[in-house]
Amino acid sequence: MNGTLKRVALACLLMFGLLMANVTYLGAVKADGLRSDSRNVRAFYARYAVDRGWITSDNGKVVLAKSKDTGNARFRFDREYPEGKAFAHVVGYFAPESASGIEGAEGRYLDGSHPDLVVRRAIDLISGKPHKGANVDLTLNAKAQKIAYKDLASTGKRGAVVAIAPKTGAILTMVSVPSYDPNPLAVANKAEVNKAYNKLDEDKANKPLLNRAIGLTYAPGSTFKTITSAAFLMDDQSRDVNTMVNAPDALPLPGTNISLPNYHGESCGGRATLLAAYTISCNTPFADVAMAMGYDKLKEQAEKFGIGSSLSIPLNVTRSDIGPDEGKAALAMTAIGQRSNQMTPLQMAMVAAGIANRGTVMKPYLVNKITGPDGGEIDTTDPDELSEAVTPEVAAQLTTMMINVVRNGTGKAAGLPNHTVAGKTGTAETAPGKPSHAWFISFAPAEDPEIAVAVFVESGSAGNDATGGAIAAPIAHDVMQAVLGQ
Amino acid sequence: MSSAEAAPVPMTAKRRGAQLAMLAFAVVIVMGAYASVGLSLDGKIPAGMLTYGLGLGALMLAAYLVLAKWAPWADPLLLPLVTLINGIGLVMIYRIEQTGQDGASATNQLMWTALGVVMFSATLIVLKDHRALQRLTYTAGFAGLGLLVLPMLPLLGTEINGSRIWIHIGGFSIQPGEFAKLALVVFFAGYLVAKRDVLALAGRRLLFIDLPRARDLGPVLITWGVSIAVLVVEKDLGTSLLLFGAFIAMLYIATQRTSWVLIGLLLFVGGAILAGMIFSHVQVRFNGWLDAESNEHYFNGTSFQLMEGLFAIGSGGILGTGLGKGYPDRIPFSFSDFIFSATGEELGLTGLMAILMVYALIVERGLRTALAARDPFSKLLAGGLSFIIAWQVFIIVGGVTRLIPLTGLVTPFMSAGGSALLANWMLIALLVRMSDAARRPPPQAIQDEGLTQVMQR
Repeated sequence: MNGTLKRVALACLLMFGLLMANVTYLGAVKADGLRSDSRNVRAFYARYAVDRGWITSDNGKVVLAKSKDTGNARFRFDREYPEGKAFAHVVGYFAPESASGIEGAEGRYLDGSHPDLVVRRAIDLISGKPHKGANVDLTLNAKAQKIAYKDLASTGKRGAVVAIAPKTGAILTMVSVPSYDPNPLAVANKAEVNKAYNKLDEDKANKPLLNRAIGLTYAPGSTFKTITSAAFLMDDQSRDVNTMVNAPDALPLPGTNISLPNYHGESCGGRATLLAAYTISCNTPFADVAMAMGYDKLKEQAEKFGIGSSLSIPLNVTRSDIGPDEGKAALAMTAIGQRSNQMTPLQMAMVAAGIANRGTVMKPYLVNKITGPDGGEIDTTDPDELSEAVTPEVAAQLTTMMINVVRNGTGKAAGLPNHTVAGKTGTAETAPGKPSHAWFISFAPAEDPEIAVAVFVESGSAGNDATGGAIAAPIAHDVMQAVLGQ
Repeated sequence: MSSAEAAPVPMTAKRRGAQLAMLAFAVVIVMGAYASVGLSLDGKIPAGMLTYGLGLGALMLAAYLVLAKWAPWADPLLLPLVTLINGIGLVMIYRIEQTGQDGASATNQLMWTALGVVMFSATLIVLKDHRALQRLTYTAGFAGLGLLVLPMLPLLGTEINGSRIWIHIGGFSIQPGEFAKLALVVFFAGYLVAKRDVLALAGRRLLFIDLPRARDLGPVLITWGVSIAVLVVEKDLGTSLLLFGAFIAMLYIATQRTSWVLIGLLLFVGGAILAGMIFSHVQVRFNGWLDAESNEHYFNGTSFQLMEGLFAIGSGGILGTGLGKGYPDRIPFSFSDFIFSATGEELGLTGLMAILMVYALIVERGLRTALAARDPFSKLLAGGLSFIIAWQVFIIVGGVTRLIPLTGLVTPFMSAGGSALLANWMLIALLVRMSDAARRPPPQAIQDEGLTQVMQR
């Protein structure tokens, strides 16, 4: 019987060989496919197995997003957003299948998968502890952020507020209203999250998920006259605020049979200084000087402020654009911030910040520093110059003009008792018969600027007769006050 | 065998010391695994580790002492190997119990392991000579059949999860099929030893194969019929396949005729196809295997368990997630039929290969015992028992890894389940008993009798 026994032994060997080959195939060859199969929930669980890093502001003093150990075997770490709506668009949310805002942009640091954290990861693996991610500290000023949110939200307006520290580019405030509560979007339940998300997504009138500060561009209106003025002053070094410009009551637009009027048909007296025209925000002088300069010079000046280039702060910023060259009539409209001239609120804040910083635009950023799970610093953002928009001399002229707007012009509501404020209002027509967008850009203190703000209030959300001076300037006032103190 | 025939007969080494060291090593591995589960689940070594570890250690020491006293020449590898996989099974069940999956109970499994060791010891102590079983051939046959049909009886049997393979006595549920397996292998061995000459020699040659006489087909047909009946009535595809495969293998060992294997295979495949056409549950399982990855079969539940098992093995990858760090509770019945997949997630390909290697070694030691055994009954019995372990591992592991269609069977020594543990410990006791007999030096001649020699077999 030994012969047959040996053959049976061979058969057994073959069976084990087949099993081993098949197990090897599954565990080594097919493993990746099985691991990433959409029905394999382990990838889903794995998102919650990491002790995700916290998101803070004000050098770690204010907690914006934190992880809580629930002890649950499947969804161990819960994500919570204690500050809720006011910070939602910046912080974002950590959903079962995606992440937005800083949660998404800095995800590799937060979940610890960034190459900088590889040693830490190895230690966690060996010690069997749950993996811990790095913490992200934001440049936001929580006090100013909350005030900006309250000012917009409490009156039911839609809009955005962006504040920048002009000397560094650090973003102090970034608010978009209406906002949403990120907490229901961060629960470990796909169905619930999808339901909550779809409800927000379907609100087409308010678009609560949209970050208006960087996600969409709007006609900047008269605030754009700042850029037109900058181009005008840069074009000829002999010009200054007292240079006389044409200020007719109506400017015939070449190639058309219509004329460009001033706001509400007001008169600017036929001739005016640049300072006066800017202060009371006449339309015709700026349209006139732009047509005289030509499209290219205006475009070049706009580009020096960063308009037209892509930015990552690290959230992706929609590109602002003054629009294509469509002839003189179009250029006249572009010069006063209309037609296809479209800006993000962040871009307008950068314009104010660039003038405040003696003509140099700093690259805006949201992340102050990244600290390891043990508190050690991993990375700190160093301020970086984006471009030199205007010479310091021209910046000084523009500052004078903007101070005058707040002292004597359309922006009085932004004035602060103990600080010199520089600003510019904007009221942008969106479409014939439709309410305007209200804008205000400003910085303060004018002598040694610490904050530059852009406030944008969307068309129709603040009454039919909303102007930048009446609606947007008071919000800028509150935000500057929060940062500067009394 | 060849070494046993050479004169003078070399003394077989008992290797008791090595066996004790390997046994201790197996217990240490299990204790380490147990500690590892606790450390990754809640950061500390489980309070019961010493109790479990020392309990397992004491049990195995007792088994070792019984073996050393009553079967001193036994194969030194069998007990440590079985201890290792039984222990890993215990740790996995403990780990699955921690996830809260219904039905997993490490305490029960430890208790059954203890009872298994008692059965092992009792078998060794009571059964001084395994050849006594040859006299019980037909008794074993009837007992086996009786055990198989027990669950079909109206009051006793209960249907659980679609299979009618359980009986309830008092507070316990028992799977008589597990014991029937042992009894039937004993019966096959006794019957085939008696009839093998007739089965092997008589017959006609047709084309390339020797066909047996029609009347010799009787026992084959009866076994086939019983297997198909088990399949149909109890809906237990696994046991059916197990028994029939074991019978064919033993028939082949006994008669050396390939024709039996072919006839057997044809019968079974034919029967299975027929069953598939008549009974929907067989067909459902087959489709769930063939087209397991389709969303339809996954979401309607046909291949859900299989795919979850595969996801577990795939997610484990080469090294696994580490004990306590996987999600075994994703797989329904991860503690019984699918314990192999659950282990694959946490111990990885490496762990699975080690476990398969341990099974292969157990089978190899069993077959070696068969080769070294001195009488045909022992050879057949040892060969049959070894084959049934290999065959069972092939059916269940092949099933959960989608090599073959999935049929429910326990993974020997690992899956939760008292009956299977008891029966398998008895099976190992029989192999140990036979290896003791095979390795024991033959009685030495008192004086050199010159030309009187040992008969050649």
